[in-house]
Amino acid sequence: MTLIKHELRQGRISLVVWTGAIAVLLVICLLVFPEMKGEMKAISHLFGAMGSFAAAFGMDRLNFGTLTGFYAIECGNVIGLGGAFFASLIGISALAKEERDGTAEFLLTHPVSRAHVVTEKLAAVMLQVIVMNLIVLVVSLLSICAIGETVPWKELLLMHSACFLLQIELAAVCFGMSAFLRRGGFGIALGLTTVLYFLNLIANMSEKVKFFKYITPFGYCEGVDVIMNGGLDIRSIATGMLFAVLGIVAAYKMYCGKDIR
Amino acid sequence: MDAIRIDNLTKYYGTARKGIRGIEQVSLTVAQGEFCGFIGPNGAGKSTTIRTLLGLIRPTEGSAQVLGLDIGKDREEILARTGYLPSEAMFYPGMRVRDVLKLSADLRKKDCRREAATLCERLQLDVSRKVEELSFGNRKKAAIICALQHEPELLILDEPTSGLDPLMQRAFFEILRERNKAGVTIFLSSHVLSEVQRNCTRAAVIREGRIVACDSVEALSRTSAKRVVIHGRVDLGLLSGVRDLEETQESCSFLYSGGMKELLAVLAEGEVHDLSVSEPDLEEIFLHFYSRKQ
Repeated sequence: MTLIKHELRQGRISLVVWTGAIAVLLVICLLVFPEMKGEMKAISHLFGAMGSFAAAFGMDRLNFGTLTGFYAIECGNVIGLGGAFFASLIGISALAKEERDGTAEFLLTHPVSRAHVVTEKLAAVMLQVIVMNLIVLVVSLLSICAIGETVPWKELLLMHSACFLLQIELAAVCFGMSAFLRRGGFGIALGLTTVLYFLNLIANMSEKVKFFKYITPFGYCEGVDVIMNGGLDIRSIATGMLFAVLGIVAAYKMYCGKDIR
Repeated sequence: MDAIRIDNLTKYYGTARKGIRGIEQVSLTVAQGEFCGFIGPNGAGKSTTIRTLLGLIRPTEGSAQVLGLDIGKDREEILARTGYLPSEAMFYPGMRVRDVLKLSADLRKKDCRREAATLCERLQLDVSRKVEELSFGNRKKAAIICALQHEPELLILDEPTSGLDPLMQRAFFEILRERNKAGVTIFLSSHVLSEVQRNCTRAAVIREGRIVACDSVEALSRTSAKRVVIHGRVDLGLLSGVRDLEETQESCSFLYSGGMKELLAVLAEGEVHDLSVSEPDLEEIFLHFYSRKQ
């Protein structure tokens, strides 16, 4: 527990900043929804005629004028992309920062096994992801109530669950990479997340590269699909979780036998 | 039981045998209760040896035991009973000294508050300061307290005095001598030979990753090399075994490891007004070992 507490204390500013930024953007999106609601009914047809661009964001399949449609497209992107950046960044720095900042020598000359270090650091990463998601969910519910809309519980919880699973997958994969790095890997985390996000957009635009959806976790996090299917794509999620497990196994395997410089 | 026993320890960075050599075939023992020095310049392999003993890096070949425990299998128990002071201490940003000391104690599952307070007082360290505001010397003090506060049986100190002012160095060695008297084994790596000579009973000299000498400080000082100072004029040109030669118009001084007969013959040929042949100090021994292959 000592290391978990230490990691949470060390990461508190980043958690506050990312959670705050996502929550504020979410609130802004939801607060402008009533005003846009009437106009959106007309604009939705326009989106439908925008071809690939609208398809990339799923705007051709959902009514932008309904709360679920608006939430899936606008808020889904904010939570999905923002949360993914946060998760990948804390995952990639969890183990690598010790060598980057020269603190590995301090930490690993205490009577704590490497496996224990990996376990507690992983737990701290996951706890931060959980805390961020809970706060964002609560803020979202309060904002929906504040604008006088009925909470679409099922759709909302499904979308938030998908985003949460996406973050878990990215955090775990980046955590695995972190064990191999000696310097910070922020560039890798940001690059990986961006590439995966765009892969999903491309998959939305063309049937030929639809299989990208099974590679990128943004595929099962797509709000439009979640709402239209009325559930999560279990097969894609299972594949994603397999990547997460592989990331975690790689972290243990690598870090437990690594030379610390 | 030896506090440290190293058998043919080899470490290559990178692929075995093709990587960069850290240490090669290092064998060394440090008895319990001993105050042992580990001498060598930067890059000689002191830190690699120490980091291997602490499990930070894995040996390519060989084995080592610390406090009778295997460095590979019993890493946590070794670390629980050992205090380590790195040559360059780094701490987590944003933390205060008291948080660092508490974190170190918590990681050891020990309440070290009383000992930490005593050490802070003796080393004059303000625990309320943030670690990023600390000077190199004060960071070193915090690291010293982390290494000592849990009262370990073995202290492994890597270049412990760098950054400490002379007064603090004195206070620090006073603490070490007290601990050593109480039975704590101390293994001190340094390139400051005078501090090894003053404080250690035994020392090992490491050169390019290999141990080139290991004996009591007294015995090392009695090595075959002698410091020869001649006032007058002599031609040393044909004399072998001369190193560290310093010549002026009137005198010359050198470290001599050749035969006395040859030296006397050269002196007899020259014009010698005064002559002294003395035991070299550890600094000179160090040069003796380091210039052996040149």
